[in-house]
Amino acid sequence: MTTKVAIAVVGSGPGGLSAAARAAEVGVSHVLLEQTAAHSNTIQKYQKGKHVMAEPNILPLRSPMRFEAGTREKILGEWAEGLTEHKVNIRYGAEVVGISGAKGDFHLKLQDGSEVLAENVILGIGLQGNPRRLGVPGDGLPCVQYTLDDPDEYKGETIVVVGAGDAAIENAVALSKQNTVYLVNRSGEFSRCKDGNLALILKTVEAGKVICLYSTQCASLSETPGGEKPYLLSLNTSTGDMQLPCDRIIARLGATPPRKFVESCGIKFPSSDPSSLPVLSTSYESNVPGLYVIGALGGYPLIKQAMNQGYEVVEFIRGNPVAPADEPLLAAKFAGIPGHRSVSDTLQAMQQRIPLFTEVNPLMFRELLLGSTIHVLNPGDIVFKRNDYTNSFYTIFNGGVEIQIDDNNPAKRIPLMPGQFFGEMGLLSGRRRTATVLAGKDCVLIETPRRDVLKLLSSVDAARAVIDQTFIVRAIQSGFAPQAKTADLLPIAAKSKMNRYKAGQVVFSEGDEADALHLVRSGSLAVLRAVGGREIVTSYVAAGNYVGEMGLMGNTRRSATVRATVATETISLDADTFAELLQKNPALRSELEETVRQRIASNTRLQGQDNAGALISFLLKQGLGEATDVLLIDETLCVGCDNCERACAATHGGTSRLDRAAGPTFANVHVPTSCRHCEDPHCMKDCPPDAIRRSPNGEVFVGDNCIGCGNCERNCPYGVIQLAGPPPEQPSLASWLMFGSKAENVFGEVQGLGRKHHHHHHDDGHGAPKAVKKAVKCDMCKGQDGGPACVRACPTGAALRVSPEEFVAFVQQEASRF
Amino acid sequence: MHESMLDYAQRRYLKIALVLCVLSIIAYAWHDPLSPPNGGTWLGYTLGGIGAALILWLTALGVRKRSYSSSVGTLRGWTSAHVYLGLALIVVATLHTGFQFGWNLHTLCYALMLIVIGSGIFGMVVYLRYPQLMSSNRAGAKPDVLLEEINDLDQRALRVANEMPRRFADVLRSNREGTRIGGSTRAILGGLDLSTINLPAVGGASQQVSNSEQAALLDWLGDELARSTDGDLTKRIGDLLSVVATRRNQLRRLRRDAQIRGWLEIWLYIHVPVTLALIGTLIAHVVSVFLYW
Ligand SMILES: Cc1cc2nc3c(=O)[nH]c(=O)nc-3n(C[C@H](O)[C@H](O)[C@H](O)COP(=O)(O)OP(=O)(O)OC[C@H]3O[C@@H](n4cnc5c(N)ncnc54)[C@H](O)[C@@H]3O)c2cc1C
Ligand code: HEM
Ligand code: SF4
Ligand code: SF4
Repeated sequence: MTTKVAIAVVGSGPGGLSAAARAAEVGVSHVLLEQTAAHSNTIQKYQKGKHVMAEPNILPLRSPMRFEAGTREKILGEWAEGLTEHKVNIRYGAEVVGISGAKGDFHLKLQDGSEVLAENVILGIGLQGNPRRLGVPGDGLPCVQYTLDDPDEYKGETIVVVGAGDAAIENAVALSKQNTVYLVNRSGEFSRCKDGNLALILKTVEAGKVICLYSTQCASLSETPGGEKPYLLSLNTSTGDMQLPCDRIIARLGATPPRKFVESCGIKFPSSDPSSLPVLSTSYESNVPGLYVIGALGGYPLIKQAMNQGYEVVEFIRGNPVAPADEPLLAAKFAGIPGHRSVSDTLQAMQQRIPLFTEVNPLMFRELLLGSTIHVLNPGDIVFKRNDYTNSFYTIFNGGVEIQIDDNNPAKRIPLMPGQFFGEMGLLSGRRRTATVLAGKDCVLIETPRRDVLKLLSSVDAARAVIDQTFIVRAIQSGFAPQAKTADLLPIAAKSKMNRYKAGQVVFSEGDEADALHLVRSGSLAVLRAVGGREIVTSYVAAGNYVGEMGLMGNTRRSATVRATVATETISLDADTFAELLQKNPALRSELEETVRQRIASNTRLQGQDNAGALISFLLKQGLGEATDVLLIDETLCVGCDNCERACAATHGGTSRLDRAAGPTFANVHVPTSCRHCEDPHCMKDCPPDAIRRSPNGEVFVGDNCIGCGNCERNCPYGVIQLAGPPPEQPSLASWLMFGSKAENVFGEVQGLGRKHHHHHHDDGHGAPKAVKKAVKCDMCKGQDGGPACVRACPTGAALRVSPEEFVAFVQQEASRF
Repeated sequence: MHESMLDYAQRRYLKIALVLCVLSIIAYAWHDPLSPPNGGTWLGYTLGGIGAALILWLTALGVRKRSYSSSVGTLRGWTSAHVYLGLALIVVATLHTGFQFGWNLHTLCYALMLIVIGSGIFGMVVYLRYPQLMSSNRAGAKPDVLLEEINDLDQRALRVANEMPRRFADVLRSNREGTRIGGSTRAILGGLDLSTINLPAVGGASQQVSNSEQAALLDWLGDELARSTDGDLTKRIGDLLSVVATRRNQLRRLRRDAQIRGWLEIWLYIHVPVTLALIGTLIAHVVSVFLYW
């Protein structure tokens, strides 16, 4: 019979370690269960020598374990010492596969069939999930591995890589340099990888460097002592069975997200949205009493946060209510609010007064406010200006604000009351602010960064519904009926529909019955026409504009096909609803007629140019459909001097954020590898310290608090983010005078094919600890006079920046020249 | 949006340069010096001063080009002004000489200036013409992509050759070893192909021959094809021929690309060093004029 412990901690990441160490320190009976053979698997998997950062700096550390910014090795070493020093009862190779029972009597089932009994359970299993296993007889043999640290470690082996995603492809290609590599792909093609990797693998396979087995599955694995190779892998291929002698198998089958396991323990998630977080109390307790969730799994993506929670949760379980480590931070934030007494009172008042926040659970609300800024303003202060690019979100805690929707008539203002919110338009569509907002009397505002609001929306359905509805009303109001009262528009808004489209999805087709008008809320649309059997793009509709109005104005068939260029949301109004709107605003008809006229004119202009459509299609494929500002190079003018790159490097700590020569070219337009400053930047997703922000002028930039995790680099579809260390050495004076900092030119290249030197930037991971690497990307020279340095430094006028507003004009001009 | 350095700001600097030239010419025509026109008259000093200032300012382009955080105009604006005012310098400086030439420092200074201007004009022409040529030669494929393609073609050819008698693989390997793109400044600028190849010669030895445009290899393969009686081998030689022909075309594009880039750069190797020499002689010229006054 196993003895029951007071606390079982599952997962030895920073959260779990800290919790178990605290329990050990105060003598509470405990066990720390870790599925792998070493503690902190997530941190073990960081790149060798990685500099681990201790963000947020202002947050004090509260844990028996040490933690300061430093190399991965140093931190792991200190934690190992901590484990011994505090005599933490840790069990390795103990994967928990099920938790049942209730507070006071939990049963934790382990992979090996044994059981652990505990009064309380702390889940700190992080978000990395478990690698999917091969799932065939023999997959426990030591030749099967699920990660690959250093491909150069293996030489002359026969290695089978299983999987068809980016990781499998990258591993297979890297290993193929020194080994015989087979790639086992369950399906008949590669459909789950990035375009670049697809091209890479097809080429490598074509060159015979990797042997790809399509439509093939692993059947079993066995040892073959004395055989030609130590192991034998049996495969089912489309043409029959196959026996493959091999040295090693690398399975890259992705990871199962931990959510299923967590749900199986009885923990509820508020919505089906994959990014939603479990509901927790202020003491990190889930809906299952006695079952606690901390760290990344609970929505706290940084090491220090996880460690603090580990400490706090043990205190809560011991019945010792400590104030969270962030209490002083909140107190400082609230200090300026008139009438503020205690943090908990103010938090409570906020939740009561602001309907949007009422249903948010207190722990999440606390986190939301930690990220937010409190503004105590004087009447008349400007909160933000029309056309600013900021994308934070405001709620009114006290007093009110006035919204100035018409610049020509500043006296016309819409008042907002306490409890209401504003700024949601910029938040959702990543577009410029559509109005100026001024503070009223006794105004206290909560400004919340975009990421925290999005987190809220993905977890609290009620909040999402409120915001969506308000968004629709305000969009209709500003788009079609500025005179109408909000209350009058509510019924119309209720009848309108929100539509979501994937990139490339058809909104409506040429010849369809014209039954609705679409207002683009985020993303953008391309208008296409079939000409001679081919679809040609005739125009492009950016967020904030509408399409399909022609149909409602009397034509009954769609005259063109409309497709989403990127993931896009529209609000559609049907003909009847629209008629109601027309009644409310008689001037609307003539306004729309004018829009129709302009669009027809622009369409016919573009249609006269055969190439324009092809050029637009090309540019949309390069992400212009979601760009707010993109660097293009006119190849008829570019002399290839790379002064743009040098200017970028010189003004940005020595690393150029743009790669001029890379990137595709169509006709004479070249799209270099450089940030598009997307409306809804992909890079912002999953940035643990929320270091990527958008400035009022629209630049998307990486802040100093970047921890160098590389998520953004992976998330950017255009490959424009790099992780860079300190700048390279400066060139000598002589070469600077002659040709600048890049000592490269056509005369200096080694020109024999057979003995061409390849300059590889090799990070071998050995030797001295690596310097701090952080994400760097184009910031459009924010904070420098005169605009982007690349454009300023181009001697020929080839480098130019184009925004969506100039997009069509640019295409017309370029298309007329090729 | 598409606007070359000549069209910059509605050709503002062309207008300024023209005004400068016209004023200089009118003044020169009006001016009636006691002695024959030369640099020592008041007009001579004025034109000389303007000319020297212009030269210093034209040289400053090199500094501005590297002052990356400078917001004093854009480099495009500077270059536009540089081109037009640099051309105006011909008029200003020539009038400054009063057409008094001789084998002396002063004329050396003038000659150096003309070399700089001449190379500048050449540079301007290539800047305006060559990017378009480079773009259409590349047709979207950058040099590194072309190089990769050639590497792939080589791999493919070697795979075919592995199924054939050894001499084929040997020849292909030597072809790869001997392929040159550029190799010397002259070869780059002339678009010359200095590639060589070792072909089997009578008596078993091999012999190095020029393989410009892959011609020697194509000929050799052609001969082998003609001699072959084995159906399989014939087919493989046919495959090799088509691979090598594609390789030749890609090499041609690559060489053309290097050639264009070469011309886009080479003139600066004259323009800049001679500018430095010009500044030196200019100082000497000014000092000597004031010393021997
Ligand atoms: C590349 C990268 C770089 C980063 N850099 C930084 C940085 O510089 N600074 C920073 O503050 N944050 C950084 N982060 C974020 C940080 O790693 C996480 O916030 C932190 O690890 C979360 O800790 P955790 O305790 O919640 O979970 P994790 O650290 O993910 O630990 C979970 C542990 O649970 C184990 N486990 C999982 N399931 C089971 C199970 N069923 N049974 C038993 N054990 C289980 C796992 O093996 C693992 O050891 C980075 C993240 C990444 C991916
Ligand atoms: C005495 C007269 C001139 C002087 C001293 C001069 C000097 C210079 C200098 C120092 C540079 C900078 C080169 C570099 O740093 O890369 C330059 C560039 C250049 N010059 Fe001149 N120049 C003169 C006349 C001209 C004329 C007449 C023309 C054209 C008609 C011209 C065209 C150019 C061009 C096109 C560049 C290249 C700009 C670039 O690539 O950034 N120059 N010149
Ligand atoms: S880094 Fe990539 S995802 Fe982020 S804004 Fe730029 S282009 Fe878009
Ligand atoms: S900016 Fe990028 S690398 Fe830096 S912390 Fe955010 S996601 Fe990670």
